[in-house]
Amino acid sequence: MSYVLIVGAKSDIAKEVARVYAKNGYNLYLAARKVNELEEFKTDLEVRADITVELIELDITAYETHQTMYDNLSEKPLGVIVVSGYMTEQHKAEKEWSETLNTINVNYTGAVSLLNIIANDFEEEKRGFIVGVSSVAGDRGRKTNYIYGSAKAAFSAYLSGLRNRLCESSISVLTVKPGFVNTKMTEGLALPAKLTAEPAEVAQDIYNAQQAGKNTLYTKWIWRYIMLIITHIPEFIFKKLSI
Amino acid sequence: MSLQSWGMYPLVDNETIKFQSETELNKKLLEADELIAYGNGRSYGDSALNDTVVHIRPYDYFLNFDETNGILHVQAGVLLSEILEGVVKRGWFLKVTPGTKLITVGGAIASDIHGKNHHIEGCFSECVEEFNIMLADGEIRNVTKGEELFLATCGGMGLTGVILDAKISLKKINSQFINQTTIKTKNLKETFAAFEEYKTLPYSVAWIDCLAKGENIGKSLLMVGEFADDGDLRYKPKSKLNIPFNFPSFALNTWSVKAFNWLYYWKSQDGVSKQRVHFDSFFYPLDSIRNWNRIYGKNGFTQYQFILPKESSFDGLERILDKISKSGKGSFLAVIKLYGKENENYLSFPIEGYSLALDFKIEDGLFELLDELDEIVVEYKGRIYLTKDVRVSKETFEHGYDKIEIFRAFREKNNMSEKFNSLQSKRLGL
Repeated sequence: MSYVLIVGAKSDIAKEVARVYAKNGYNLYLAARKVNELEEFKTDLEVRADITVELIELDITAYETHQTMYDNLSEKPLGVIVVSGYMTEQHKAEKEWSETLNTINVNYTGAVSLLNIIANDFEEEKRGFIVGVSSVAGDRGRKTNYIYGSAKAAFSAYLSGLRNRLCESSISVLTVKPGFVNTKMTEGLALPAKLTAEPAEVAQDIYNAQQAGKNTLYTKWIWRYIMLIITHIPEFIFKKLSI
Repeated sequence: MSLQSWGMYPLVDNETIKFQSETELNKKLLEADELIAYGNGRSYGDSALNDTVVHIRPYDYFLNFDETNGILHVQAGVLLSEILEGVVKRGWFLKVTPGTKLITVGGAIASDIHGKNHHIEGCFSECVEEFNIMLADGEIRNVTKGEELFLATCGGMGLTGVILDAKISLKKINSQFINQTTIKTKNLKETFAAFEEYKTLPYSVAWIDCLAKGENIGKSLLMVGEFADDGDLRYKPKSKLNIPFNFPSFALNTWSVKAFNWLYYWKSQDGVSKQRVHFDSFFYPLDSIRNWNRIYGKNGFTQYQFILPKESSFDGLERILDKISKSGKGSFLAVIKLYGKENENYLSFPIEGYSLALDFKIEDGLFELLDELDEIVVEYKGRIYLTKDVRVSKETFEHGYDKIEIFRAFREKNNMSEKFNSLQSKRLGL
């Protein structure tokens, strides 16, 4: 069976995504920094689903390594799922340039560097799928989260353009916009239960949407409507709000 | 954070401990005064509830699968459903499974669960080759069959320590389908006769109409079966229905239960009929409806499950069914089953005889009725299943379990009585 490349494989969402694809018979490349920490997880997937898993050392911000990493894969993947992300506290990013830069580089520049390479290959082969995990935070900039949000907005725009370009090559591009998710990244935040998804739900939604060839996925689904309202509030009102 | 078990009663505010590694658990376990392991919240009552609980569910890695011998090594938070997703395709199945697959391996050991094949295969502990457990002093012990710690932990309701991982043996299958035979009986006598007649088949269970009266008492649908042999192992679990909110508590009343029972019994052919069904619908009919417990309303429900020794089963069951029928407190799910020999574990539920399990929504007068049923259970030397229980008295409990003193002494000797406790263990002095 074909391989799927999961980038940023250590996150809670990525691990659940890996399990869903494993369950459905795909072999996996798990790419992350300090990837040897995923050894036990690799065993779990292999024993659980009777598939092959390879661990790939990858720093999403080490752009110059991306081509070599991709060329070295023993078999080119059928699909790639970019889950890597970095969210820092907004006020910290406002004061420290390095935090802002890292937010932009992990969420946007790094993903673009890697996906440029993969998209070219997929386009040539006329096959494959691309999934990018962006965020509802990218739909409109808010004072509480706009540095992270703007990087995700750029990533969403990139995926939209990529989808447009690759459409004629029959390559699907899925933009995933999770709302609140109960993960390590959000631990300690008081999230409203009805609006918060478990990583396993998000992963299953991603799999279903990808297999169905969807373009944009909000998860939980209700976020599509929440964001519809938020993006339609007139700017002269919006600028005065605290949300 | 507040937590509840499957019966949604009681609701308990507590502190939850999560852990990623043995080292982390060791530290947190030593810091805590008293705690109990909590798996997937499928036990019905208060056996996994306390002020501090350790969440086992996220500790869910598969560690190894020896396919030559069918021995699977998993961490304690792995669900039985995950095991099936992994192994059915490869021609393996659980040796022992209860009526839900949404329980953890740790919970299966702690409750020493049993299933439709108890009369042939016994309890879950039969397939547990060994396990690792963290004890009160934070040490990890590897435990194998026959040891005292094995006998105390299997069925020990999490009161000996935190089970970390286990090696369980699986059985070979050659199909994902079950050849099922359904036998429609008219009264308790016929039901018992049918159980005896079909007891060489591996799986059996009967759904019983607990509102039937007079000469119809004990009328049932007995379902027996065995795995087919057609080589079809292409297993794909189905998605689930969801009950998104609690039903109003009046939704379930004598009339709705009567209507359901009548339809269920009526749609089945008279006498003996044969069907080919998927193992999911044979073993886990209710798992396809997520949160089915919400049909009982927000006050929650309990399951009353007891077992009587074989020689007194008939008389005892007849009296109990008569009492329930007269009370008018009905239950959709009333299940009767023949069990095989008792095992050596200190607190495992099964003894050789018949058990009856009934769901009741929590309402006024229920606990009084159950107390009256308890008296009959005690009179016939039966026992109550701890995994389902939320209200039994210490006295009734002690009458049923003859090895309770050995269990208590073992806990005392190994400093477990202080560290590992649930609301249930404190209620019953386990």
